[in-house]
Amino acid sequence: MDDVDRSRTPDASGAPVGRRVVLGLVGLGAAGVVGGASFSRRLSEWLAPVELRDPTGLIATLPLGPAFRFYSVTGVVEPRDEASYRLEVGGLVAEPATYGLADLRALPQTEFTSDFHCVTGWVVPGVHWVGVPLSELLDRARPAASATAVRFRSFDGTYTESLGLEDARAARTIVALEMLDGPVSHDHGGPVRMYVDGQYGYKSTKWLSAIELTEDEVPGYWEHRGYDVDGTIRG
Amino acid sequence: MGDVVATLARFTPAERWVHRVTGLLMATCLVTAFVLYYGPVSLAVGHRHAVELVHVWAGYALAAPLLLGLLSPAYRADLGLLNRFSREDWRWLRSRDRRDGSFDVGKFNAGQKLNAALTAGSVVVLVGTGTLMFWTGLVRLAWRTGATFVHDWFALALGLLVLGHLWFAMADPEARAGMRTGVVRRSWALKEHRAWVRTADGRAAPSGTARGRARRR
Repeated sequence: MDDVDRSRTPDASGAPVGRRVVLGLVGLGAAGVVGGASFSRRLSEWLAPVELRDPTGLIATLPLGPAFRFYSVTGVVEPRDEASYRLEVGGLVAEPATYGLADLRALPQTEFTSDFHCVTGWVVPGVHWVGVPLSELLDRARPAASATAVRFRSFDGTYTESLGLEDARAARTIVALEMLDGPVSHDHGGPVRMYVDGQYGYKSTKWLSAIELTEDEVPGYWEHRGYDVDGTIRG
Repeated sequence: MGDVVATLARFTPAERWVHRVTGLLMATCLVTAFVLYYGPVSLAVGHRHAVELVHVWAGYALAAPLLLGLLSPAYRADLGLLNRFSREDWRWLRSRDRRDGSFDVGKFNAGQKLNAALTAGSVVVLVGTGTLMFWTGLVRLAWRTGATFVHDWFALALGLLVLGHLWFAMADPEARAGMRTGVVRRSWALKEHRAWVRTADGRAAPSGTARGRARRR
């Protein structure tokens, strides 16, 4: 098709609506990037009562704002329960130990409510956490003087993360046993996961299986793929 | 055998290749989007980083066929046609019996024009917001949250748009043949795009190519 005589082609005349629609959408998208965070928060507050009474569960699947996205970096992760779950604490410590679920529950617990931030932008406000402060486990293990960092492993067999000792000892760095008013579910990384408050979600290892004291901070799974070792949330 | 049907050339090979490659990349984006977004599937498939890379690069690759197509005069001409909405287009959109053949529909009807514009705009928005989500150092957290919100809704809308596009294609074998083979029956074109037939005839009249073209189907 070569030169089209525009004056004789009925669909070549008229306003450039196509271009306006494209530009309009781009404008809408840009406004959404700037204002979307507060808009989605208000939208979800407004819709929360509706969502609770929605028998189809359909509303919960819509991108209305706060909702966890479920990440796994391997294939299907085999669930662990009361009988099969173990947490090993070792590395540069005087007292290596292995904890079962009941052992962890018997330790002093801390609880608090905080916003969960993914580095990609999604956020879940007001998540309630209960767990053992990591400092409690570290004190029991008695780290060697040469230890400066903690390395976390996951029973998914692949994921690792790390924290400097100072962050590891922070009051709100916990070995979480409960979140969202119940035991940490398998999908959320249960029965036991890390939660490091004030840092992006990738620092909080799911399906926690081992805590190891190391001489240096070893970059973890996502850090080998471009994320900062320092996961501190900065507005 | 021996059935000779009058046909009209609708899409050039270049345009059909643009459509094929765009379709393949779009399908890749939408399937991986579903895996990344819908929790139960996310966990069943896992391998988030690999799925993410496929999703992101298929998204960027979408620009390639759409821009390379600009080398083709036929593609450029069709973009021009898709861009313009005539008074007849607005009438068509508002009408309840737009399919009864009484409208002067050009090469593309108003629905196809709208679909093209919404798809193109959504792709631009999705590539932009996706970039902000993937390279997390580009903008501050609140904007990344906004980008995620926009990306989610535009992806949902684009997914529905593509499903609608497939729905209409499934309902019209001749339209599909047009995109597959490049030619359509004249009888179909007269019913669905009669103003286009008139223009094509007018243009072809001096040399007599389009009117006289007949193919075995």
